[in-house]
Amino acid sequence: MKADDFLDITDVVCPITFVKIKVALEELNDGQILEVHLNAGEPIQNVPRSLKDEGHKILSVEDLGDGTFTLLVLKGGLS
Amino acid sequence: MDNLTNEQLERYSRHIILEQVGGIGQKKILDAKVLIIGTGGLGAPAAMYLAAAGVGHIGLVDYDTVDLSNLQRQIIHQTKDIGKAKIESGRETINEMNPDVQVHTYSEQVTASNIRDIINDQNYDFIIDGTDNFPAKFLINDACVLLKKAYSHAGIIRFQGQTMTYVPDKSPCYRCVFPTMPPKDAVPTCRQAGVLGVMGGVIGTIQATEALKYVLGVGELLTGYLLTYDALTMTFRKIKIPRNKKCAVCSKNPTITELIDYEQPTCSFGA
Repeated sequence: MKADDFLDITDVVCPITFVKIKVALEELNDGQILEVHLNAGEPIQNVPRSLKDEGHKILSVEDLGDGTFTLLVLKGGLS
Repeated sequence: MDNLTNEQLERYSRHIILEQVGGIGQKKILDAKVLIIGTGGLGAPAAMYLAAAGVGHIGLVDYDTVDLSNLQRQIIHQTKDIGKAKIESGRETINEMNPDVQVHTYSEQVTASNIRDIINDQNYDFIIDGTDNFPAKFLINDACVLLKKAYSHAGIIRFQGQTMTYVPDKSPCYRCVFPTMPPKDAVPTCRQAGVLGVMGGVIGTIQATEALKYVLGVGELLTGYLLTYDALTMTFRKIKIPRNKKCAVCSKNPTITELIDYEQPTCSFGA
């Protein structure tokens, strides 16, 4: 599945992680996909949950094995 | 509209996280223009919270200078500012707080002859009445009705405060509730009119909240209601007020079509 936009949030911490994803998703249309590169720990525990709360669908979570993950988010996928 | 910088994403992160705000809403706030008439008890906290929120253009109207007796409640001014013009003191506080805000200052008292020009100067979106006297309150109401501008009315005295929001064509105006100026002997003299300093904070901050909600287009404004606050009993009352079909200024057939300067001795202690 091909993403429409890519965002790296491995250099920021909560709540800027979610802030950056939220603003990036605002730039997309419903049905478009955002690929997010994020850290293990607090970001991967909380970010997907917050995204679901706002009506977006997590299409896939890939553990890259280096302490980071790749997330594919479908904008508005749950609304 | 420019994209938010990394610094702005961080500064306004607690706004952006809110479902009703987001990056889009924060950009609306950064583009907003709010005029604050009076930088006293009500205007000072309103201006500070709106500046912190990132309101891009804030207009300050005041002709007075900072007095030692103001500092118990007018928190935008500091002890070092005594003797300085309030609009300059306000500008300095806002500039130190948030570089995203552009401050426009008007060193004058609002009158029938200048209020239109002041409101039109930046084509303000929302106006906050932070004045301390009835002639100004009636003038601001009439000007906002005639210019079709949304605004927040408020007043504080002793342990009491009140506020309401006006939106053109949608809600009653101040004159629908209070058709004419009160008789002069009904207005407390300066000596009788103490005010607990925090009253401006509570009510002025509600005015700032209304300005932000109006700019964002979220929630329900305090239109069609007068909110009263009694700090002694800690009672808020939200009183439903109807539109006056015969209102002298906002009805279909108004008798007031030009602005009027009313006369009344104003309290030298300020709001």
